[in-house]
Amino acid sequence: VASMSMVQALNSAMDVMLGRDPNVVVFGEDVGFFGGVFRVTEGLQQRYGEQRVFDAPIAEGGQVGIAIGMGAYGLRPVIECQFADYIYPAFDQIVSTAARLRYRSAGEFSAPLTIRTPYGGGIFGGQTHSQSPEALFTHVCGIKTVVPSTPYDAKGLLISSIEDDDPVVFLEPKRLYSGPFDGHHDRPLRAWSDHPAGIVPIEHYRIPLGQAAIAREGSALTILTYGTMVHVSLAAAEETGVDAEIVDLRTLLPLDIDAIVRSVKKTGRCLIVHEATRTSGYGAELTALVQERCFYHLEAPIARVAGWDTPYPHAFEWDYFPGPDRVADGIRRAMA
Amino acid sequence: MRVKPEVALTLHIPEARFRPGDTPDFGYLKLPKAGAALRPPVNAAASETRELSYGLVRVIDEEGNAVGPWNPSLDAEHLLKALRDMMLTRAFDERMFRMQRQGKTSFYAKSTGEEAVAVGAALALEPSDMCFPTYRQQGILIARDWPILDMMCQIYSNQLDRMKGRQLPVLYSAREAAFFSLAGNLSLQYPQAVGWAMASAYKHDRRIAAAWIGEGASAEGEFHHGMVFAAVYHAPVILNLVNNQWAISASQGVAGGEEATFASRAIGYGIPGIRVDGNDLLAVYAVTRWAADRARSNHGPTLIELFTYRVGGHSTADDPGRYRPADEAQHWPLGDPIARLKAHLVKLGVWSEERHAALAQELDELVQKTNAEAQSHGVLAEGPHHDPSSMFEDIFVEMPWHLREQQAEYLRLRGASKPEKR
Repeated sequence: VASMSMVQALNSAMDVMLGRDPNVVVFGEDVGFFGGVFRVTEGLQQRYGEQRVFDAPIAEGGQVGIAIGMGAYGLRPVIECQFADYIYPAFDQIVSTAARLRYRSAGEFSAPLTIRTPYGGGIFGGQTHSQSPEALFTHVCGIKTVVPSTPYDAKGLLISSIEDDDPVVFLEPKRLYSGPFDGHHDRPLRAWSDHPAGIVPIEHYRIPLGQAAIAREGSALTILTYGTMVHVSLAAAEETGVDAEIVDLRTLLPLDIDAIVRSVKKTGRCLIVHEATRTSGYGAELTALVQERCFYHLEAPIARVAGWDTPYPHAFEWDYFPGPDRVADGIRRAMA
Repeated sequence: MRVKPEVALTLHIPEARFRPGDTPDFGYLKLPKAGAALRPPVNAAASETRELSYGLVRVIDEEGNAVGPWNPSLDAEHLLKALRDMMLTRAFDERMFRMQRQGKTSFYAKSTGEEAVAVGAALALEPSDMCFPTYRQQGILIARDWPILDMMCQIYSNQLDRMKGRQLPVLYSAREAAFFSLAGNLSLQYPQAVGWAMASAYKHDRRIAAAWIGEGASAEGEFHHGMVFAAVYHAPVILNLVNNQWAISASQGVAGGEEATFASRAIGYGIPGIRVDGNDLLAVYAVTRWAADRARSNHGPTLIELFTYRVGGHSTADDPGRYRPADEAQHWPLGDPIARLKAHLVKLGVWSEERHAALAQELDELVQKTNAEAQSHGVLAEGPHHDPSSMFEDIFVEMPWHLREQQAEYLRLRGASKPEKR
């Protein structure tokens, strides 16, 4: 094992997979010689060569398009889309081919590709470097959507994603790349080296897709969340003193419905927290599922804390970001 | 000197030359003679293909002779196979079009007049070279001897349809024939073919890829993506652009064909561009073979514009009489691909009117007989189909709980409402 940041853990996952499987190739903007703008592919081209880790033209649609062709040939391409905000040009390829290929060809062809992309705010990236588009992917049948919240999970989930025979959109909470950010932007940064989930095996291991984790056990209410908001929710639970059970979903699709139902039936209360905009966000689906399955166990309406339904405003980042105070307010509403 | 400010700007909207009621006259095309185009070596620089990209490679002349440096000198056996493949494609198209009109299926798209585009390419490629076609290259499957029964069962979405009733008719998939799954989104296959070709090169394989796109869909960004990635990585791929003059009701001018040829776009990407008479099977074969040899010897991609004419409607869903002269196809100056190859074979002394008529009848009977067999396995309107509950399968390798639940819900509702009918 070693102490790793999320960046290093993701790098280690690709390192392991490039080493194990000659069909794995990694490409994207700046990922080759330079090692990626967030350094996630640092050293991989030097270790595995230009044939396997290379720069791609700035054309996300083209990148996903060639990855589909590579997948049809038998490779396992891993794409880095530099920011999730830039993934939209690839939407036609993702929705109309990657997600549909196995279905429409009745299993003759498939697209076993992984699209890694940093998402979310908190780095003063403005509206074009801060978005959380996960619900766009969970709405498309045929794509798995994964969001880690720790270095340990990030590595195990990325390995599972690369090994998976279905296309995976792997959303990396960029505010967690270097440390477990809890939303208190005015306090000193913490590093993953001080966090138990920053201890990461060097070798190959998997975390199965579709399995949630309990980030904090509790009995007063259930918080359903993922990515950066796991750490914000942990802070809010500590600060309110409410004994919340925090379910880190890790995979949004396929969803670990059993873990959700188990927790909500135990606590009788539910708060859903995500950074993405609220309307038609993934929280709406979670709300519907909890309502359908746990209605008679609920002691209060399901509450939601989400990004406002606005673009991410640059100068007002911390007014937009659902920080611990807003989550605390959500906890109080769910406890009413 | 400044432009005088009193000159007001004007907006140009391209319009088809001929609409219903007009008398078509393609005299403006200024077609080069067969045999006139030069044939550069397969490692030529893109810039050396400028004349080819604005010209037109033609091999079969007005008298049925094969002339010029692009004459592939194919033996009679291959030529007769190509003729048969084109004729079978046409007979298949005619029959399936009628079946749609009779209500046996929902949709069909013919390739009438464009048979040489698919058959000529298939003849020039190796059987294992991967094709990423559009919906109008059914001739590839036929030229690769794929069973037409299988194609018909797909069109009828019946119980033998390997696509399990999920795909619109003609959106085939045939991995064993190196024929990629088709989609209605008509440009996505361009970068996909490039990626497949890159993977083949990465693996030091010997197979190349080929893609097709219509001139209409070439306006999509995916055309540009395919060209850029193919050029950047020297992908062993042939990028075909079928210019059949019409994108449903819009002329090729709306896709940008007025100011320059589509083939000429290639040169700016550093890719050779060749414009070929798409109704001349020998020319299609020769140019495809040039591009295949180039790709296979690590000299990278080629863009081929296949200049042809869509004789039928876009599909069964449109009436071409509403947007172009009903007799426009008869005025098309490059003739009919089957008639032209037939004339060449007669000239060679290996074919005759009698044999041609006999083959046409034989193929029509084959299509009718196979059609009856396909219909015995079901048609769209009446079934039998695959079990509809199979619609929940193949979305993922393993069916997740939410799809299992929905499948169970579907079965519960079906069980409650009616007995197993399908």
